[in-house]
Amino acid sequence: MSDDYQRIREFGFHTRAVHAGARPEPTTGARAVPIYQTSSYVFEDPESAAAYFNLQEYGNTYSRIMNPTVAALEERLANLEGGIGAVAFASGLAAQSSALFTMLVPGDHMVASAALYGGTVTQLKHLARKLSVELTFVDPDSPADWAGAVRDETRVLFAETIGNPGGNVLDIKAVAAIAHDAGVPLLVDNTFATPYLCRPIEWGADIVVHSVTKFIGGHGTSIGGAVVDSGEFDWSNGKFAIVADPSPAYHGLAFHETFGSYGYLMKLRAETLRDLGGAMSPLNAFLFMQGLETLPLRMERHVSNAMTVAGWLSERDDVAGVRHPGLPDGPYAPLTAKYLPKGAGAVFCFDLDGGREAGQDFIRGVRLFSHLANVGDAKSLIIHPASTTHRQLGDDELAAAGIGPGTIRLSIGIEDPQDLIWDLEQGFARMHGNGT
Amino acid sequence: MTDLSAYQDPEVIQRVLHQARTVAIVGLSSNVLRASNFVGFYAARHGYRVIPVNPREEEVLGERSYPSLSDVPEPVDLVDVFRAPDAVPGIAREAVATGARALWLQFGVISPEGAEIATGGGLAVVMDRCFKIEHARYIGRMHVLGFDTGVISARRQAP
Repeated sequence: MSDDYQRIREFGFHTRAVHAGARPEPTTGARAVPIYQTSSYVFEDPESAAAYFNLQEYGNTYSRIMNPTVAALEERLANLEGGIGAVAFASGLAAQSSALFTMLVPGDHMVASAALYGGTVTQLKHLARKLSVELTFVDPDSPADWAGAVRDETRVLFAETIGNPGGNVLDIKAVAAIAHDAGVPLLVDNTFATPYLCRPIEWGADIVVHSVTKFIGGHGTSIGGAVVDSGEFDWSNGKFAIVADPSPAYHGLAFHETFGSYGYLMKLRAETLRDLGGAMSPLNAFLFMQGLETLPLRMERHVSNAMTVAGWLSERDDVAGVRHPGLPDGPYAPLTAKYLPKGAGAVFCFDLDGGREAGQDFIRGVRLFSHLANVGDAKSLIIHPASTTHRQLGDDELAAAGIGPGTIRLSIGIEDPQDLIWDLEQGFARMHGNGT
Repeated sequence: MTDLSAYQDPEVIQRVLHQARTVAIVGLSSNVLRASNFVGFYAARHGYRVIPVNPREEEVLGERSYPSLSDVPEPVDLVDVFRAPDAVPGIAREAVATGARALWLQFGVISPEGAEIATGGGLAVVMDRCFKIEHARYIGRMHVLGFDTGVISARRQAP
């Protein structure tokens, strides 16, 4: 074997989290991925420029469509999820709206979990109105509900690996089978699990979306999203003319026929990202890559801290319920054992007796948990969903998403767990009228 | 389902990519929107001499097209196939007869019989893989579009 050849080996997850997508920069030898802070790229000659714009050659044209720093993040994320490639976006919501925009046309129908993140529910309803797409929400825990909602016009099924904030664990394999029987892809938001805890593609999901703002970035510094494609879905099955047929937006190119399993990603980048423009910045991509390098280490700590706190909460008399899917006697224990053997993440809810007022008092009492609307930071976070993230939802929708008036959502960080418990005790004291 | 892994060995793929100079593309279309044209254009751009083999074409990518592999008047290193699988055994026999060193079957061109004929004639065989993608993975710039190359290395490459 020539010394110039690449050695291909099944590297482990920790190695790939540090190396995938980031070979030394050839010109300078820079070991860290450089931040290519440039809007555009000089072409070698007119023939090369034409080849890039025709997608006949892999090359950089304009940073709205591709950027070397962003591409390194995309490759690393695709590698860790077991996909063939990824496209990064300015936010998680930009990623998922672009993923859907690429495959849906007016008259289509989509089926989505009723227990999704509130911002996603709002987006799907908005997209459905604007795209004239029908939308059905189903109980994500019931495969029969998923199957019953599918009709001839259905083009995608959409769920979260771990529901936000209800903690539902998706039976990915069962729902993927329902999607594939219907000839449509299963799209899974894997933000809460990250590829370290679960890789939905290995269980049959076709497309994975992320808010990389959360655990992947891991430090609460930047907003970003990504779409990862398994490359397994057959877009030429007759249901997706928008992906398979010649594209008037690209001089008649038939993306799936020409690029095969890479067709959807090419269309997502060369048309949707190009035209809608929700591109990730190179600096953010750099920060997300740094996050990915320590993802496995941080997730181990997030998960163990979250189990400690959840266990402590579940022992308390003034807590009506703790909805951490990793608790051994919880309703999701079997699915957690199957899909999340390394842990069920670090975001979960618990319910206080006493409703909305109790929830707000609890939040007034804590001083180490940050009261804000994010999850997946190295710092522990707390929020009262009924008055913040899920405020746009009606009571029925709140109930369907598993949120009550006294529900508190925690995102457990990597601090010392005893300090987190100390702080939560202050919340309880305030709630009971003993706090400061 | 045939086990194709024997025909997708990364070392063999890299050896074929590095050693080939002249590539005959069977089924190369002059339609610039066809996958075969993308691959032929890319191969020519990266320094390979591309010889079209297609009875329905006169000239593709500025090169004269030959009706069959046997009609090609010069030595060929690699035969890259964009044809239905049932055409592969015949193409493999011609590839052996012309002294080619490798047979490459594109995505979906799956022919265990053709592969056996070629292997028996001493050719390296790659099956159900795309020449353009594999070149871009190991030598080219597939990574610029966020695709997973699977390549992990801390060595510095030539710019």
